[in-house]
Amino acid sequence: MAAAGAGRLRRAASALLLRSPRVPARELSAPARLYHKKVVDHYENPRNVGSLDKTSKNVGTGLVGAPACGDVMKLQIQVDEQGKIVDARFKTFGCGSAIASSSLATEWVKGKTVEEALTIKNTDIAKELCLPPVKLHCSMLAEDAIKAALADYKLKQEPKKGEAEKK
Amino acid sequence: MLLRTAWRRAAAAVRAAPGPRSEAPARGLRLRVVDNAPQSAVPSDTATAPEVESVLRPLYMDVQATTPLDPRVLDAMLPYLVNYYGNPHSRTHAYGWESEAAMERARQQVASLIGADPREIIFTSGATESNNIAIKELEAAIQPDTSLVSVMTVNNEIGVKQPIAEIGQICSSRRVYFHTDAAQAVGKIPLDVNDMKIDLMSISGHKIYGPKGVGAIYIRRRPRVRVEALQSGGGQERGMRSGTVPTPLVVGLGAACEVAQQEMEYDHKWISKLAERLTKKIMNSLPDVVMNGDPEHHYPGCINLSFAYVEGESLLMALKDVALSSGSACTSASLEPSYVLRAIGTDEDLAHSSIRFGIGRFTTEEEVDYTVEKCIHHVKRLREMSPLWEMVQDGIDLKSIKWTQH
Repeated sequence: MAAAGAGRLRRAASALLLRSPRVPARELSAPARLYHKKVVDHYENPRNVGSLDKTSKNVGTGLVGAPACGDVMKLQIQVDEQGKIVDARFKTFGCGSAIASSSLATEWVKGKTVEEALTIKNTDIAKELCLPPVKLHCSMLAEDAIKAALADYKLKQEPKKGEAEKK
Repeated sequence: MLLRTAWRRAAAAVRAAPGPRSEAPARGLRLRVVDNAPQSAVPSDTATAPEVESVLRPLYMDVQATTPLDPRVLDAMLPYLVNYYGNPHSRTHAYGWESEAAMERARQQVASLIGADPREIIFTSGATESNNIAIKELEAAIQPDTSLVSVMTVNNEIGVKQPIAEIGQICSSRRVYFHTDAAQAVGKIPLDVNDMKIDLMSISGHKIYGPKGVGAIYIRRRPRVRVEALQSGGGQERGMRSGTVPTPLVVGLGAACEVAQQEMEYDHKWISKLAERLTKKIMNSLPDVVMNGDPEHHYPGCINLSFAYVEGESLLMALKDVALSSGSACTSASLEPSYVLRAIGTDEDLAHSSIRFGIGRFTTEEEVDYTVEKCIHHVKRLREMSPLWEMVQDGIDLKSIKWTQH
């Protein structure tokens, strides 16, 4: 009688100890606030991290955000004579979602023309990376970075035109 | 006994399992043998053999958030969870008597850790409840000029030790009540409520390797400090906190306090040694690292470092196999950086770059070495990705730049 009780107790205890809770095993090894694996991938397999020559007239540089806010993105684009973006680089001081947003932005602008790149929306970036609501501002800053880079490129093109007219 | 065999079995299963081995230190406690078969709370005799999958979990370096149960504490609690399940307030039978005896033993253990009388310890559900009881006392005060000073003993974010004895001296000479939240300090640094002239103290179980869901409040009897009960009911705990005292939990708290009293000196030496190892290695390998908090009046187990030009949450994401915490805004729900760092005058960009390393009784040298190695590697990597680091390398003064406000 006592032995059976002890056996049941032992099984109950081992059931409690060795069996996992209802959450499947895979999720246990991921952090609870859940970096989506796409976000982590941008950090672990970086693409387009770096700098272009910002003095070149074909390079537009956008620097947005502020260190005091914990988010600074630098996005650079290299545009060819036909107005197509042939290369892009980024550097970011910010959380994982910010790094992923700016990295994705550089991937998306490549191959687009300057006008097409203006149509990239922060909502698309957020959707692609499955950003939670609290991280949406990271995608907004990435969109701002793209626009700032394009604006800087346009600014670099204009004085040339102005000078040509003056002459 | 059952637990240790279970752990050993789990560890053996993982060691036997084939598969890639990461260089993370594999300790028995961190391995988990997972059963993928459908779950049932009621064990069935016909259950099939578990399909086991071994999963390595992150190293735990966040002891300020919570601590694992010391096995000695669990040993003390188990009988009260399984066999001695009486209500400690039952006066009429042996179950109640033995439960009450255990509760009073636990009370004595808590009291002797802080130099108090057992009659001055009231069990609560945690330090938060204790804080609420203590602060509510202010509203119950009779004299109009009575006031209360409430200070944390050891800060949970930066590990700074407040000058409790001096504050106690001032309060006692001005006839002002002195409360301290000692959740991070009890059992780690020597505390004596009489030497330090403390009137009220909050204690938390799960910060000292005890169970979660239990704590205590110390309330001075001489001179008497009157508090108002937060919850009313059957008048338990001298009317100051009604509700059945959870015997297994308080036994755990008592055991944790007793173990802490025995181990305090050794723990302090061990933790100081590991803390110095961690800070020295990191500071020697990386430039532009700032330690937040007064280096002299500092509890060694809580190390808060700011890595300039690297954002805290990105470092936490990179250090995915170490459980850490950050004072960065991105990790708080409100997107505001740590108020503690702001209060000590840390620059806002450094506040976003802070990481808290927690070292505790069970932290090993290997864990510290692994954490340090990964931290150095990823900080270097993140700095390569950082526009601020690039600007600083080019000799630009970041303070001179007009950033776009967002």
